Amino acid sequence: MPTGAAGLKENIIEISQVSKQFGRIAAVNHASLNIHKGEIFSLIGHNGAGKSTLFKMMLGLLQPDKGIIRIQGKAVNGKQFRQVRRQIGYLPENVVFYDHLSGIETLRFLGALKGADLNSCGALLDQVGLLEAARRPVRGYSKGMRQRLGFAQALLGEPEMLLLDEPTTGLDPAGIREFYQFLQQLKQRGVTIVLSSHNLAQIQEQVDRIALMKLGDILTVGSVQDLREQLDLALQFQVFLHTSSAGEPLRHALMNLSGCKPRFDGKMVSISCDRKQKMALLATLVNTGGVRDIHIQEPSLEDLFLGYVDETAPAQNQTARS
Amino acid sequence: MPVELKQIGIIAQKEFWDRIRNRWVLAVTAIFVFFALVIAYFGASQEGVVGFSSIELTIASLVSLAIYLVPLIALILGYDAIVGERERGSLDLLLALPVTRLELLLGKYVGLSAALIFSIGAGFGLVGLFLSYRIDPGALGQYAGFMLSTILMGMAFLSLSFLISVFATNKTIASGTAIALWFFYVLVYDLILLGVLVVTEGQLGGDFFPFLLLLNPADIFRILNVFSLEQVKTLYGLATVFPESLANPWLLSGSILLWIAGPLGLAYWKFR
Repeated sequence: MPTGAAGLKENIIEISQVSKQFGRIAAVNHASLNIHKGEIFSLIGHNGAGKSTLFKMMLGLLQPDKGIIRIQGKAVNGKQFRQVRRQIGYLPENVVFYDHLSGIETLRFLGALKGADLNSCGALLDQVGLLEAARRPVRGYSKGMRQRLGFAQALLGEPEMLLLDEPTTGLDPAGIREFYQFLQQLKQRGVTIVLSSHNLAQIQEQVDRIALMKLGDILTVGSVQDLREQLDLALQFQVFLHTSSAGEPLRHALMNLSGCKPRFDGKMVSISCDRKQKMALLATLVNTGGVRDIHIQEPSLEDLFLGYVDETAPAQNQTARS
Repeated sequence: MPVELKQIGIIAQKEFWDRIRNRWVLAVTAIFVFFALVIAYFGASQEGVVGFSSIELTIASLVSLAIYLVPLIALILGYDAIVGERERGSLDLLLALPVTRLELLLGKYVGLSAALIFSIGAGFGLVGLFLSYRIDPGALGQYAGFMLSTILMGMAFLSLSFLISVFATNKTIASGTAIALWFFYVLVYDLILLGVLVVTEGQLGGDFFPFLLLLNPADIFRILNVFSLEQVKTLYGLATVFPESLANPWLLSGSILLWIAGPLGLAYWKFR
């Protein structure tokens, strides 16, 4: 990731104290966030958390009521808005095109408006696997093909940042894998990627940092590991024993270990263990003997998300906003 | 923010070619040709004659045709220009590009106007070409004036359709409003004015009557054409209630230009 002279990461998107109100509902509430150049950043949250509103404000489609958003130091809706928008590739959630236009015509139209090199349209379609369908009307495209076309149009003009709202909707598992591989390649080229997704299992291995949103507030920002440490959720151990009888000495040993909740099931023991007790538990398992194998599972992004959501907010607001 | 003509041109070009590709232009041209020929031929049948008569009477018949057809076609052409994009979900994609809302609105308006102008030009132009063998070539200037005023009226109603499209929350409301507007301006407006005059025996609104006619682009079009045709002027009762001073073609053309700019300006105010 590019860093400045003092070793600080270069901010490409700066969101400071941004608020947006729809009627009495605060869609985004004093949000502040810096997104670094060349990182893959994800906004996660329930429906109605404010992700799409924040996305639209980053694109200049919505004007914040308060605060300011800067892209590469320029106000997103300022005098240099054309320059700013040429640097951004946007894939909206449920992307819709003109059904009568073909894939290549769609790219040429949008590319002309973006000031992109129109000779690159064919190559972009090739990149997303749509070259053969390039001259077919979009009305005949499947959902996955439309999503690929959406991704191709986001890449028009070689943007420095991509804003992708639910980018894997409609893609099959192979398509999703290809998509994330491609994102990693773009990242290597220094492209900044901001994406929102409900599929937390998919993104947890792909993103550098996450902003967790709830009811218009940014609850926390950091890497998955940062979030794990902040929330201090228990680790899940699965211990496989040689024999069922080996369970009894282990039960006794674990009784003396605080922060561990074992559940015995024949030759398998599931233990929920506080993070700080990890090494003590490992030592206990080794010393007790009879252990054939151990699997340690860190809390998933979904666990973290649910942990934060449960920890932070009154449930009644959530229902009102969804 | 400064307007980039290039962006307007790209959007206009797409809108125009969309109407060529989906044969909208062809269909509307055919409608104009068919009805214009029928009306030009049978226009004088009430007087017991059929056939192509004088250019002035032919234009008078075509004015009646254009007043019904052109506003309807223009309103149908433009009612979903913005609300359609919004409902489809493609508006955000367009506005996330380096395009201002004004450029988008103008681009769509220019493109759809071009399609309308092409249809009117080709439809009535073909009929004009056909008539040119049968009438005094000098009278073709009057015919060209009729075509130009038809285009202006069409653009005024197209502008109104954009206003509807920006204010409507969905396409169903937009199409209903467009049809209602057509009924109001083409069928109801004059009847209301006439009704008020008759009921009050000219006591109410008599002085304002000519100005009230300027509040309807279809009436401006009618007056513009009726007053430019000497032979026809006497046939229309309108000439007796509309003062000669207000019938200046420049003034009337200016009024219709205001009908183009006004609703479009209002549409931009709302859309931005």
